[in-house]
Amino acid sequence: MLNKKSKTSSIIYHTFMIGLGFLMIYPILWMFASALKPEAEIFHNAASLIPSELRWENYTIGWEGYGRYGFDLFFKNSMIVTSFVVLGALFSSSLVAYGFARLQFKFQKILFACLLGTVMLPIQVVIIPQYILFHKIGWVNTFLPLIVPAFLGGSAFFIFLMVQFIRGIPRELDESAVIDGCSQFGIFWHIILPLCKPALITVTIFAFMWTWDDFFTPLIFLQDTKLYTVALGLRGFMDPDAMTAWGPLIAMSSLSLLPQFILFIFCQKYIVEGIATTGLK
Amino acid sequence: MNTSPQLGENQKVIQTITPKKRKLRNNLVAYAFISPWLIGFLFIIVGPMLYSFYLSFTSYDLLSAPRWVGFDNYVRMFTSDPRFWTTLKVTLIFVAIAVPLRLIFALTVAILMNMGHRGSGFYSLIYYVPSIIGGSVAVAVIWRQIFGREGALNAVLGWFNIEGYNWFAHPDYALSVLILLIIWQFGSPMVIFLAGLRQIPKELYEAASVDGANRFHQFFKITLPMLTPVIFFNLIFAIINGFLTFTQAFLITAGGPIDRTLLYALYLYQNAFEYFRMGYASALAWVLLLVIGLLTAIVFISSKKWVYYESEGGK
Repeated sequence: MLNKKSKTSSIIYHTFMIGLGFLMIYPILWMFASALKPEAEIFHNAASLIPSELRWENYTIGWEGYGRYGFDLFFKNSMIVTSFVVLGALFSSSLVAYGFARLQFKFQKILFACLLGTVMLPIQVVIIPQYILFHKIGWVNTFLPLIVPAFLGGSAFFIFLMVQFIRGIPRELDESAVIDGCSQFGIFWHIILPLCKPALITVTIFAFMWTWDDFFTPLIFLQDTKLYTVALGLRGFMDPDAMTAWGPLIAMSSLSLLPQFILFIFCQKYIVEGIATTGLK
Repeated sequence: MNTSPQLGENQKVIQTITPKKRKLRNNLVAYAFISPWLIGFLFIIVGPMLYSFYLSFTSYDLLSAPRWVGFDNYVRMFTSDPRFWTTLKVTLIFVAIAVPLRLIFALTVAILMNMGHRGSGFYSLIYYVPSIIGGSVAVAVIWRQIFGREGALNAVLGWFNIEGYNWFAHPDYALSVLILLIIWQFGSPMVIFLAGLRQIPKELYEAASVDGANRFHQFFKITLPMLTPVIFFNLIFAIINGFLTFTQAFLITAGGPIDRTLLYALYLYQNAFEYFRMGYASALAWVLLLVIGLLTAIVFISSKKWVYYESEGGK
């Protein structure tokens, strides 16, 4: 039974936590509410979370996009880029991690140190020569600079995460497979990979979230409006020279976050565990 | 990977192969596995880094060939580019304020959630939501409106008859609004702190309260020391990410007003991709790497004094 003192402290606690929680998600609630407000109300009843009337056309107008390109195209582009990046991250992180975690080879220690070094390497240091390189081989203004690095172990973080995970799998499993005449690739494919499911899910979720979110790389490598991802499409909407159509802009902003929110709702357990155990993001 | 399927057959003749050959084959198999990363490491990390180092001694606009200028870029940066000093100052202030506040906030909330009240799972979800949307454009859109002249914040202030500003057009407040954004997204360090808190043995607290230690003492004598490895980890990544903050400054303030939010990553981008001064931007990038490297090194070295590892017996 709760005594009186702990009951009061519990009330104070929950009041505080709910109050702070409200402040935390207010901007997001505000966005979803404002997406349905008439244009004038976004500014004249700015703090309100309840639209006086529901303007669903903010979504339909926003969806039309601008110029000849609608948001259906931007979503499709984002989907293509994100899917390939996820595939690339799964492919390279699992193979490379198996190599580092289970095999012995020359220069292993020094290469692993290089891998860890790249985890902390600021992208700004390599982005200029990368741009020049991709420019020279004609990849600028295609999806290739966004996708190909993912297949080449682009995010060292994921490899590191997989290495840590594979190291936790008992070695006896692969040893018995060796006795049965299984090749290294066979061990990787039939034994290790199925056991890595939780780590692979974590990689999938974070690769998806980060790529979907990413603004910097598409900004640098994509120029044609028809190649724009959702992030670039939104930015084109907030044209500083023209009058920004706030209603449709906010409506499209809220749509742009939906894939991440949906993923978060369904996979929050993996996300929280993934961050807690590996310190991602 | 092409070498590996044959390995099964070769296993049967293993006795006839010399150890040297076997070692070579093992190496080949291993290198096949790590080849995706190795190729990427050489061609999209090391190669570009070396090239960027070379470019930092040139003048290059992408159109004509790079022209060797020796140390000119670095000399110009330190002697005749006042914006370089502005951007360095702004970024250091930004990191020095945003990083500690973000971590203190994350730790405080994590401790509150770990107090054993019901509903902590629900709260941690709510508090984490702003962080999943990270540096997205939508966040910039929200922030621009809320802190705009006719935005939600001023509407609330209006209830109390307080006149607001266009917050990020005001030289004294613009940077604070960006800092507030970074603090708001404290979810990831919070989750890491929470995991760290849950690993502290309960017996330590029980023993301490038997000895008459109050909450205050327990926090400074048990919680904080036991958390130092996690604090260390969060600190390193918060510092690095702080220096790389780009999207928010680019979209919300574009560096203004009067360069008060001209973060380093933004200035670097402008030089490279707006003014096409690739050589100068490369030099800026190397100075950034040096500054980040120096700061992480300081944190690493100092960590020997303040990070407590249980396995080392508290040494």
